[in-house]
Amino acid sequence: MVFKAAGPVMLGRRELPPRLASVVEVLAPAMLAALVVTQTVGGDRELVVDERLAGVAAGAIAIRLRAPLIAVMAVAAAIAALIRLL
Amino acid sequence: MQQPARIRDGIRAALPLAVAPFLFGAAFGVLALDAGLNWLQAVVMSATTFAGSAQFAAATILDDGGGAAAAIVAALLLNARYVPLSIAVAPIFHGSRRRRALESQLIVDESWALAGRSGRFEYGILIGVGLLLYVLWVGGTAVGTVVGDLLDPEAIGLDAAFPALFLALLAPYLRSRRAVLTALAAAVITLVLLPVAPPGVPIVAASLAALIGLRR
Repeated sequence: MVFKAAGPVMLGRRELPPRLASVVEVLAPAMLAALVVTQTVGGDRELVVDERLAGVAAGAIAIRLRAPLIAVMAVAAAIAALIRLL
Repeated sequence: MQQPARIRDGIRAALPLAVAPFLFGAAFGVLALDAGLNWLQAVVMSATTFAGSAQFAAATILDDGGGAAAAIVAALLLNARYVPLSIAVAPIFHGSRRRRALESQLIVDESWALAGRSGRFEYGILIGVGLLLYVLWVGGTAVGTVVGDLLDPEAIGLDAAFPALFLALLAPYLRSRRAVLTALAAAVITLVLLPVAPPGVPIVAASLAALIGLRR
């Protein structure tokens, strides 16, 4: 709880200094990339390549094809579930 | 000049995501029961933490027989990313300290990522997405504890839907070369650390890739 409040409570309206700002600017792609990796191949202290990877790959194609967010998620889920069934 | 986004725009933006946090919340509810929490503890945890990865990590550690201390450290490490996140988002919050502290609880990966889509963080989007997801997450947890083990998130492929979502949110950032480099570096750091580091540490370490931003 405290972590989420840290920014808004401490900084309020003040701007970040420029060097810090350019780090924060690329923080988003860094965190998102890390989240993609951990949720795709993350296991119990190991890398697990399973149906999730296929699902995310299918999702990547959907993203390339400019599909809406819900379609991307649905495609990824469907492919993963389908492969699991087989 | 674009109108600032309103909260209802945020809610609308979150609708495509609506199913996932509800089902994931339900999955967490099931997992929490398995780990020995009762329904009230599970719901309170969702209501006060509102962070899926931290909650899942903590619950799986407890489920595997780990101690409460390990679970708490994992949750803290996983939530450590909210410090830089909340700093990045800070300028959009106004009002009294107490109001800002409360509203910032609605910062979560999806609300933050969606709020940043237009290039600058939009308060309305963050609050709207955060509110909807919060209600669904906590509600889902409650339903999960009731439904018990009738639900199998993996059978529906839900565990592939969330990383696909984050990939979709990452994609627009990849137009800048610096962002691509940072994302790649973060991915490599994560891949290398996943097999060796405790849960949560890879994500926190990967944020160091953002230091690439210091190079002009």
